[in-house]
Amino acid sequence: MTTERTFFEYLVHVSENQSPLDFMLIADHLDKFFFGALLTLEITALALVIGGAMAVPLAIARAYRHRWLNGPIWAFTYVFRGTPLLVQVYLVYYGLAQFDFVRESFLWNPVLSSPWWCALITFSLNTAAYTTEFLRGAIENTAKGEIEAAKACGMSKIQMMRRVILPGAFRRALPAYSNEVIFMLHSSVVLSTITLQDILGVGRWLNGRYYLAYEGFITAMVFYMALVFLISQAFKFWEKKWLGHLRPRTAGSTR
Amino acid sequence: MKIKFMITAIAGAFALFSMTASADGHALRVGVEGAYPPFSWKESDGSLKGFDIDMAMEVCERLNKECVLIEQEWDGMIPALLAKKFDTIIASMSITEERKKKVDFTIKYYNTPARLVAKTDPGFDGTASGLNGKRLGVQRATTHQCSAEKLYPGAEVVLYATQEEVWQDLVAGRLDAQLSDSLQAFEGFLSLDAGKGYDFLGENLDDVECQGVGAGFTVRKEDSALRDQLSQVILDIRADGTYKALNDKYFAVDIYGS
Repeated sequence: MTTERTFFEYLVHVSENQSPLDFMLIADHLDKFFFGALLTLEITALALVIGGAMAVPLAIARAYRHRWLNGPIWAFTYVFRGTPLLVQVYLVYYGLAQFDFVRESFLWNPVLSSPWWCALITFSLNTAAYTTEFLRGAIENTAKGEIEAAKACGMSKIQMMRRVILPGAFRRALPAYSNEVIFMLHSSVVLSTITLQDILGVGRWLNGRYYLAYEGFITAMVFYMALVFLISQAFKFWEKKWLGHLRPRTAGSTR
Repeated sequence: MKIKFMITAIAGAFALFSMTASADGHALRVGVEGAYPPFSWKESDGSLKGFDIDMAMEVCERLNKECVLIEQEWDGMIPALLAKKFDTIIASMSITEERKKKVDFTIKYYNTPARLVAKTDPGFDGTASGLNGKRLGVQRATTHQCSAEKLYPGAEVVLYATQEEVWQDLVAGRLDAQLSDSLQAFEGFLSLDAGKGYDFLGENLDDVECQGVGAGFTVRKEDSALRDQLSQVILDIRADGTYKALNDKYFAVDIYGS
């Protein structure tokens, strides 16, 4: 028992004084990093779901050049894809709060006064803009033959969209979408600039509390890498499942 | 021809680089913040102003060195000093035991207490129980982060990169209270239009463990010669009246403290 405790004390001593990285301090606060990871995942995932749901009708309207909607949707995606996410978040969080009428409106409490909601709204609109554009491309790239075949089968326009065009477009958009998901996760570090304790927020808290340079950032890095690894594995699985027919044949050599 | 020109250009760049490097003997590189009025702020033309900036200029003059002010975000101050991006920090950094594990300090050049600020008559008091469940804003990596987490365990401590963002969110109503240096709070917020309807809450903080013993110039541990030189300059400035002139330029009260 005594040897165990002295060994532990020895570890703390080495970690504090000799190791380039105070790993015992990190271990002490690891629970905070897990809560940070939960917040990062929560906002990223919710934004992707909301933004993705918005993107489907917007992409259809863009792909078929809807007379009234095409212009405004183009403007929306142009603005959100043409400006940095950090600026968008700052505008919503610090910018809107400057106006008295916003602070007195029904939207202030509990929505715009909360950093969580400000982030979710901005992230959702941002990912909706990107997803709209590459989904539009995927819809426009539907093979003519598939559409002719659907018409020949007597499908209505809605049936055609639901059964042929959208499923194909989703498949074609999948590789691009995996990039969007990972970009979104990377962009979520913006959360820490509006006081939220996401992974980077906890890292900066740790650095700030103990006046450190690396410990918080390196731990945050490891967490982000682990998350990206999981996400890319998931997409690999889905691509194998839904885009399997596009992979080069391997088995049964014809040589 | 082109290659020759390239080589000359690269050599020139190196020469320039080594010149700045070798100028170290004649220049004192000072880390400053620029978002902490009236101690340091940035004018619209990009120039730095404030008590800390004047102090830095005075110090360089007395040491007969050229002053190179290097702006640095607050939470990267100590890491940047350790990475030798500058030689000393003159940015109202409090001398605390926790920081002394990493860096060394001169004697203090001023000492003002920390205090809470909230709306006038906020409906709660400045005690630990009064702040229970309240949103309390502080600047990250300050002594106030340490005090806030220690003295008000029931409060939700919200961290900001700069003190200016803390004031913004206090005015926006996202914070119930904030903790910072009382003098900075008065000069940089309460005495301005933005601070109307806000007031100090409770008494000055009594928390030497977190707050330390006043603000000093920060140096790396191995630079004890520079530390002693700088401390001597502070004593000289105090003795010959320069300090009082600088103090009175910005403040109605003596900020040196007891």
